[in-house]
Amino acid sequence: MSEFINFYFIPGVVLGSIYALGAIGITLTFGILRFANFAHGESMTLGVYFAWSMVQFSGLHPLVVMPAAMLATVIVVLGIDRVFYKPLREASVVMLVIASFGLMLMVRSVIQFTWGVQLKTVLPGIQMPYVIGDILRIAPKHVMIVAGALLLMYAVHYLLTYTKIGKAMRAMSDSAELARLTGIDTEKVVMATWIIGAALACAAGVFLAIDTQVETRMGFKLLLPMFAAAILGGVGRPYGALAGGLIIGLAEELSSYPWVGNEPLLNPGYKAGVAFAIMVGMLIWRPSGLFRGKVF
Amino acid sequence: MSLLELQSVVGGYGDTQILHDVSLRVDAGEVVVIIGPNGAGKSTAMKAVFGLLQLTEGRILLDGEDITNVTPQQVVRKGVCYVPQTSNIFPSLTVHENLEMGAFVREDDFTQRLDEIYALFPPLADKRKQTAGTLSGGQRQMVAMGKALMLDPKILLLDEPTAGLSPKFRGEIFSIVKRINAAGTPILMVEQNAKQALGIANRGYVLVDGRNKFVGTGQELLHNREVAEMFLGGGEQLDASAAADE
Repeated sequence: MSEFINFYFIPGVVLGSIYALGAIGITLTFGILRFANFAHGESMTLGVYFAWSMVQFSGLHPLVVMPAAMLATVIVVLGIDRVFYKPLREASVVMLVIASFGLMLMVRSVIQFTWGVQLKTVLPGIQMPYVIGDILRIAPKHVMIVAGALLLMYAVHYLLTYTKIGKAMRAMSDSAELARLTGIDTEKVVMATWIIGAALACAAGVFLAIDTQVETRMGFKLLLPMFAAAILGGVGRPYGALAGGLIIGLAEELSSYPWVGNEPLLNPGYKAGVAFAIMVGMLIWRPSGLFRGKVF
Repeated sequence: MSLLELQSVVGGYGDTQILHDVSLRVDAGEVVVIIGPNGAGKSTAMKAVFGLLQLTEGRILLDGEDITNVTPQQVVRKGVCYVPQTSNIFPSLTVHENLEMGAFVREDDFTQRLDEIYALFPPLADKRKQTAGTLSGGQRQMVAMGKALMLDPKILLLDEPTAGLSPKFRGEIFSIVKRINAAGTPILMVEQNAKQALGIANRGYVLVDGRNKFVGTGQELLHNREVAEMFLGGGEQLDASAAADE
């Protein structure tokens, strides 16, 4: 039991929190700007490298510099929107998707060119886990990640439920056309979408970097599970993305638990396939997802 | 000077011309109804006001100000609110949030207006926390109208507000339209239920093939033999007063 909780369940929750934060951005861009943003993973990677540089420069803890890194990521993403996406606002979805794909390659190359491709860490050293009641062992970093993720999720919930711009985001996600006819400032909503998506992507990336390492393909590797989480939750449904992220993270980790006999149910090498399988399954049997999202 | 005036409007979407020559006007305090066969350009004429199609000729004046080809967002700010026929509410938002979104361009405190809207649509008052997408068709229509009224518009445009509703709700919507108008908001309405609509109209326009075919007061059109033959069911002599009371 303690093995299950310490080595499967807790890592699953940690990974799920990271996916969830990333998936919110994907689902919001999908709902409001109506396209699958392939460059979302690169916002994440970029945020991590900003944070890494800031840690190097200041010697502070990555969580302390995270707000600054989020701000830097937001500024870059807003710049990208102005230069690349804004001229395509009325263009077809396919063009936007292709543009985001091109941006993904460009941003990643810029990162590799600027920071190099070797592995880095943002939080060096080994930490002793907290031991609770002899059986529960939780690494301090995992506590930080889950707590940080919960805090950000609450912030997103607050924004979407209680603020004017948050409600307008949900409205535009329901119907962009009606939002325009209602007089909602759709450009402002688009901007808010990019800001939230980029800030959360940066946070998710920093959490992942704290848990593992820093490398230039980390955002790209998360793209598939993040899309899977967004689709599982229902496209355009931020709460769905949260639930979807947690489910995908848990499913990936729990898939290698020795449920039957002593061998892992699924070789850990196939973990990534779990997210893919869930995504394909959802698209076939319930494309609107758990929270009745959009179907394209 | 009319409140809203379309002067010989010609236009459509892309290469498809739908309006060939449409003129109409709405004066202060009026209910004006547009009727006509399917594809006559009724809804399109209304969309023209809202900057939703390309006009090649003609002008649209609001209070004497030229609003031809002005974007929807600006038209809203000028005090024209429009309720489309379909997807006219935000289904995943609550009733209350829908009304709040209707007031998006308002910077002032609109709580008093909210109370007025709930007073106008009593069924909504009990459901303000309910997700709008779960309401019945008639109640959705109330949300859509309430949302549009949040700005206390100079004129309200309604595109077939009774489409797809049962006769009972239809009557209710028409009486609400009368009440909104009585409270001082002029209304331009496209309707399929011509008889009932003309019954409450100060003036009606019959559009055919993107052109004005007949113009007259609601009563004149109700008693016009040709109009009756075309839209009111077989040219029988109509009891207009009964239609008005429906």
